[in-house]
Amino acid sequence: MPGRLPRVLRGKLLPPAMAIVFSALLCTVALLISAGSPGTALAAMVSQVGKGTTAVDILNSATIYYLIGVAVAIGFKMNLFNIGVEGQYRIGAVTGAIVGGATNLPPVLEPLLVILSAVAAGALYAALPAILKVTRGVSEVITTIMLNAVSIGILALLINEKTFGVLVNNNIATKPIPQSGWIPGVSFGSHGTLFGFVVVAIAVGIAYWVMLNRSRFGFELRASGESPTAAMAGGVNAKRMIVVAMLLSGATAGLTALPELLGRDHVYTQLSPQGYGFTGIAVALLGRNNPGGIAFGALLWAFLDQSAVSLDNVGVPKEIVTIMQGAIVLSVVVSYEVIRRFELAAEQRRVGAQLGTATVAAAGGAS
Amino acid sequence: MRRMRGVAVVAIALTSVVSLAACAKDSAGSGGGGSTTSQGAGGCKYTDPPKATAASTTTTSDKKVDASGLKVGLAYDIGGRGDASFNDAAAHGLDRAKAELGVKDVRETTATPNESDAAKEARLRQLAQDGYNPIVTVGYAYGLPLANVAKDFPGTRFAIVDSTVDNAPNVTPLTFTEEQGSFLVGVIAAYKSKACHVGFVGGVQVPLIQKFQAGFDLGAKTAAPGIKIEDQYITPAGDPGGYQDPPKGRLKAQGELSAGADVIYQAAGNSGKGIFQAVKEKGNAYAIGVDSDQYKQPTLADYRDVIISSMIKSVDLAVFDYLRAVAGGDLATLPKVFDLAVGGVGYATSGGRIDDIRDIVEAYKAEIISGGIKVPTTPAAG
Repeated sequence: MPGRLPRVLRGKLLPPAMAIVFSALLCTVALLISAGSPGTALAAMVSQVGKGTTAVDILNSATIYYLIGVAVAIGFKMNLFNIGVEGQYRIGAVTGAIVGGATNLPPVLEPLLVILSAVAAGALYAALPAILKVTRGVSEVITTIMLNAVSIGILALLINEKTFGVLVNNNIATKPIPQSGWIPGVSFGSHGTLFGFVVVAIAVGIAYWVMLNRSRFGFELRASGESPTAAMAGGVNAKRMIVVAMLLSGATAGLTALPELLGRDHVYTQLSPQGYGFTGIAVALLGRNNPGGIAFGALLWAFLDQSAVSLDNVGVPKEIVTIMQGAIVLSVVVSYEVIRRFELAAEQRRVGAQLGTATVAAAGGAS
Repeated sequence: MRRMRGVAVVAIALTSVVSLAACAKDSAGSGGGGSTTSQGAGGCKYTDPPKATAASTTTTSDKKVDASGLKVGLAYDIGGRGDASFNDAAAHGLDRAKAELGVKDVRETTATPNESDAAKEARLRQLAQDGYNPIVTVGYAYGLPLANVAKDFPGTRFAIVDSTVDNAPNVTPLTFTEEQGSFLVGVIAAYKSKACHVGFVGGVQVPLIQKFQAGFDLGAKTAAPGIKIEDQYITPAGDPGGYQDPPKGRLKAQGELSAGADVIYQAAGNSGKGIFQAVKEKGNAYAIGVDSDQYKQPTLADYRDVIISSMIKSVDLAVFDYLRAVAGGDLATLPKVFDLAVGGVGYATSGGRIDDIRDIVEAYKAEIISGGIKVPTTPAAG
C-alpha cells in the first residue's frame, strides 16, 4: 500500500503543524494590533534557547508537564476525564515532602520512600472519585473538580505551623528533606542543572507505551475507551477498569511535583506552584494521549512558558504566550476533527469505489 | 469517539477559564457617593494614652547622589505595575529614583499567575546576565528563587521586598514592621467605633498577614481593653485566591458587620474593594485601608467616604532608599528594618476623619518608637 505511510503522517503530524502555524498567525495579528513587533518576538523566542539556562529550564519544565500529561492520558484512554490530577499531584507532593522531612534513611532508600509515598497519596486521592463512580455512578468530572477544591484546604491544613509547617521568613514550608533524599541533577555548568528525575519521566513514558501496546490491561483499556459495550461483551470488567485506570492516573500525577521537590526545592511551601494539572490536560490533548506526542506537547508547552519570561524581558507583552497556548489547544482539536472527517469521507469514497468496481467485476465475471 | 470530543470541549473550556481567571482584573466601578461627617470618640472606655509626645526621626540624608550609571532591574510579583498595591508602590519608588537620582536604564519584568519557581529564577537570571545591577525583587514569593540565583551572581546586588535570604551577602532584605503600623490603626479603630466592636479581614492566613492582625488586635485592646474584635481571613494558607476575590471579601466583612463590628481593617489586596463595599452598604460603619493611602486611590473613589485611614507600608520609600544607597555606594545607611521610626510604616490622615484623635495616635506612635510598647508579630492565641 503505497499511500499508507503518508496518510498516517498526515493524520498524526498535520493537525499539530496546522495548529502551530494557525496560532503563530493569530499571535502575529495580536502583536500587530498591540503595536508590538512580531519580528522581535520571534527573535527573542528563538534566541532564548541558546542563552543561559533556558534550554535546561525548558527540559526541566517539560519533565514535569510530561508526567502530568501521561497521568491525564491514562484517564483519557479509558474515557475518564480526570480533572483531579491537579489535586492529586499537590496532595502527592505535600505527602512526599512531609514524609521526606520526617525521615532520614540512607541515599537511594530515602528518595524511594518519598516517591512511593507521593505515588500512594496521589493514587489514594484518585481512589475517591473512582469508588464514587463505580458504586454510585457519580461523574468523575464533578467529583474531581470538587476534590481539587478540597485539596486546597487539605494542603493548608498540612502545611500549617500547628501540623507539619515551619515558618521561613514570611513563607510556610514543610521540613526540608535531608540530603540523602535529594536526587542529584546533571549539571551543565552555567547552562543550568537538568533534573535527575528526567530519567523517571522517560521510564514512565516507556512503561506507558508498553502497558498500552503490549499488555492485556492496555488492550482492555483501549477497548473500553473506544467501545465500552464491545469491551463488556468481550468480557472486560468495566468497573475494575475504571478503578485501576483512575488509580494509575492518580499515582502518575503523584510524581509530578517530585522533580522540583527532590531535585531543587527540597521543601513544599504554601507558594509551591499550582496549575500543573490544567497544563497536563492541554499537553495530553496536544499529544493525542500518545507517549511520543505527549513528550512533544510537553516540550512545546515548556518552550512557550519559558518564552513568556524572555518576551517580558525584551518588552513584548508576555500575555501573547497565553494567547498562543490557547490558540494551539483550540486549533489542534479542531484540526484533528477536520482531518478525521476528511479521512472518513475519503475512506467512504474509497470503500464505495472498491465496492463499485467489485460489483462491476462480479457482474462482468458472471456474464 | 463522541465522548472524546466532549472531553476535548470541556478541556478547552477549562483551559480558557483558567487563563481568563488569570487575566481578570477588577475594573473600577463608577457612581456617586455621599459623605457622612466624622464622629467623635465612640463607645469604649479608653485607657489613658501614653504621655510621650511625637518625635519622628528621619534618617534620610540630603547628600546628592547620581544614579544615572545604574542599570536597574525590577522583578514584580503577579499584578505588576498598576496593581494599586505593593507592586505599584515599588514602581513609584523606581519612578522617584528616575526623577530624583537620574536613573535611566531600567528593565521591569512581571510574574505570571501560577508560574513555577523555575520561571522566577529564569527571570532573575536573564536580568543578571544582561548586566542589570542592582535587581529589586518584589514579594516574598521570590525568596527561594533568589536564594538560588544570588549564589551564581556574586557581583550583582539584589534586594527583596518582604523577605530575607539567608547566607547571601549580596541580597538586601527590605522588610517592614507591619505590626507597628497596624497597632496605630487598631487604636484609630477603637476610638472611632461606636459599638466598641471592631473587625479585621485578612486576605490569606499567612504569617505576613497575621502580622497585620497581631498589631491591629493589640492596638485596639491597648486603647480600649474591653473592646470586642472579629478576626477573619478570606482563604487559608496555600490558596492565594484570597487576595483576588472582592465578592468573598465582601461576605467576610458582612459577617463581621452583622456580628456588630462597625470599624473594619482590611489587609486583603484586591479583595479589599469588596470589604469597603460591604462597609458602605452597611452604613454607619467605617473601613481602614492598607499598604497605601487608599483614600486617595482613584479605583476606590466610590468608597472614599467610609475610608477613615489606611495603614501605610512604604514599599516605595524602601525601594527608593535602596537605589540611592546603591548609587551612593553605601548600603550600610539603609535601616535594617523599615519601621515606624524611619517612616517605613505609618497611618494616613487624608480626608481629615481622624483629626480629632491625632494627638492620641501620635502619642502611641512615639511610645512604640521609644520602645515603651512592643508589638508582637503573631496574633495572640484565641
